[in-house]
Amino acid sequence: MATRAIEVEDPKTGELTEAVYEHPLVIRLCHWVNAVALFVLVGSGLQIFRAFPSFGSKIPENDLIDWPKALALGGWLGGALQWHLTFMWIYIATGALYVGYQIFSGNYRQILFGPRDLSGVWPMVRHYFFFGPKPPSKEAYNPLQKHAYTSAIALGVLSVLTGLAIWKPVQFSWLAWLMGGFHLARLWHFLIMWAMLAFVFGHLVMVVLHGWNNFVSMLIGWKKDPEYPSS
Amino acid sequence: MRSRIDARRFRSISRRELLKLTPVLALGAFAVPKLQERLLKAGLGFSDWASARLFRPGHLAPTFADSDLTPFDKFPINGYDVEDPEVDLDKWTLTVSGAVQKPGEYSLAQIKTLSGLTQNTRHVCVEGWDVIGRFEGVRLSDFLKMIGADPNARFIAVECADDYYESLDMATALHPQTLLCYGMYGQPLTRKHGAPLRLTIPTKIGYKQAKYLTDLKVSHVLEKAGYWEDQGYSQFYGL
Repeated sequence: MATRAIEVEDPKTGELTEAVYEHPLVIRLCHWVNAVALFVLVGSGLQIFRAFPSFGSKIPENDLIDWPKALALGGWLGGALQWHLTFMWIYIATGALYVGYQIFSGNYRQILFGPRDLSGVWPMVRHYFFFGPKPPSKEAYNPLQKHAYTSAIALGVLSVLTGLAIWKPVQFSWLAWLMGGFHLARLWHFLIMWAMLAFVFGHLVMVVLHGWNNFVSMLIGWKKDPEYPSS
Repeated sequence: MRSRIDARRFRSISRRELLKLTPVLALGAFAVPKLQERLLKAGLGFSDWASARLFRPGHLAPTFADSDLTPFDKFPINGYDVEDPEVDLDKWTLTVSGAVQKPGEYSLAQIKTLSGLTQNTRHVCVEGWDVIGRFEGVRLSDFLKMIGADPNARFIAVECADDYYESLDMATALHPQTLLCYGMYGQPLTRKHGAPLRLTIPTKIGYKQAKYLTDLKVSHVLEKAGYWEDQGYSQFYGL
């Protein structure tokens, strides 16, 4: 897709810097609101988990792990459920708007991982993890980034579906059935949270490595001095 | 040819684009203690509203084979206060009041004249655990007919021997799997499981399924939602 690009001229030196408009406003708004919602859902989710920190039977109960209360949100089960049942709507709304906008605008092409990206995965892995040479950037996002963002969206959808199966195992009994019943849906919901947190961790590391301009682009939309050819 | 702007102009564009993100700050309202409580209550209320819309009166909760049952001794006993409120089972009656044609005292024998049924259904606790139990009882909808409940009434409120109290929306009360339950696993209800009569509602979360029933009131307005609801739990919590 054609990205809007401009040149920024330094009035003193006359130096030209390229800038591309990478993140439309809707995407930026959804990104930040969703990030807050995810943070709240994880915190309250951990507090909800503390009420029965097990995936086995209630009798006998074998607790898996207890979180430090400082990491949990809501104070007690009822409070945490209020946070969870409020922010899930914000999470779903921004998630749906994000996906809808990506599809509608065609913007999704820059982040959707497809078969064409397969061949580029290994060179990128070699570069990131084994000090290999940096493959030339042809697009805004490299194959590994596309894979990460596509996975994050898939995890977002799965977190909603598994959550729905836990919240409404009767009305959505088919969904709970697909997941092996209410009991297992709770486990999948929990594991998907960790996968999502792994993505967030990797995402933050990459943001730090890619520098200030990259971070700012999610705030103002424009990325100065992009690492890829803009047209 | 791409357009060229000077750095000052770019800074002003950047500032404007950044300002467009201010709606995100609205989330900060959740950090204000006074607003927080109201916002979360509204969020919970919205979830309850959505829950009531998602509820389908004719949709049955999954039922299970006898081989799927959780053994009776592994069926957890949750009481909010005491496990056995020491109900005098011989003198027990259910006191019926409110929008009904035949208010008064109903004995267990009277309730049992209605056609009974047995169902193996999942019991889900708000804490996160779940068990599959075998429940015997009569349909609450049949009992509502027996007492001549006003079909336009909206709520069923119950009170319990341990001072617990709960409420049900009429749609759920009329659901074919909503039982006045007097037996589990082929035996009369034990004291700890709510003898002599409890609610079994496979379309609701556990805390709505009150034990040791003593009073049942049919009403148009909800006076008290329930013990846990008053502590901040969801009022509808349909599964």
